Amino acid sequence: MPINETIELSIDSNLEFVEMVASVTKSVTSKMGFDEDDASWIELAIHEAVINAITHGNKSAADKQVDVRFVIELDSLTVHVRDRGEGFDPTTLPNPLDPDNLLNPSGRGIFYMRTFMDEVEYSTHTEGGSVVRLTKYKRSSKPQN
Amino acid sequence: MAQLNIKDRQAGDVTILDLSGKITIGEGSVQLREAVRKLLDEGKKKILLNLGDVSYVDSSGIGELVSSYTTTNNNGGQLKLLNLTKKIQDLLMITKLLTVFETYDSEEAAVSSYK
Repeated sequence: MPINETIELSIDSNLEFVEMVASVTKSVTSKMGFDEDDASWIELAIHEAVINAITHGNKSAADKQVDVRFVIELDSLTVHVRDRGEGFDPTTLPNPLDPDNLLNPSGRGIFYMRTFMDEVEYSTHTEGGSVVRLTKYKRSSKPQN
Repeated sequence: MAQLNIKDRQAGDVTILDLSGKITIGEGSVQLREAVRKLLDEGKKKILLNLGDVSYVDSSGIGELVSSYTTTNNNGGQLKLLNLTKKIQDLLMITKLLTVFETYDSEEAAVSSYK
């Protein structure tokens, strides 16, 4: 697999396309040599990010796109997921581990993303919408805190 | 093709739902919700979800398991889980839900546990 490569795709806000993104994710993680466990958790994290972009960011509006960009480097995979929404403050989200929220039917997606990826960062795109950047380091390359 | 395949069977007065496929946002989650709702409407309040053949769950799927649990409880019933895959176990553990559900590896033990 070449290093420092980018793969970009853009999908309508339709849940039917989520599996296509998953296929690309699986292909990338396989070629990068992530082990099976890491690969499946990465796939879930990206899945959650794309679902959020479609349903929360774009409010499932068919005419709004979700852009997914895979940046493949020697020791890491970074995925940028951009929606065309109004943006939000992730710090205002309820903590799913709070006893009062434990039995909520929703609200765990971002928590899973943060658990399975090494870095998750939200920002506003210069041309509108939110971008979430998810990074996973290969085990031997993970920065030590 | 449906995302989630659900087959129901009885073990005494316990209804076992054998799930196979994916419990994710959209079809899979909705199918599970409707299946549990149908049982409760029929007065079948001892429900065991067999997850051994579930290949994929996302946060919506976990949320649907939680919803099914609380809905069943609110209707005076009991909902328990059987044959958790490692992935589902991890997802429940990470969000502190493993202690909320009663989970079993043995169908016999699960069925006997209902009050």
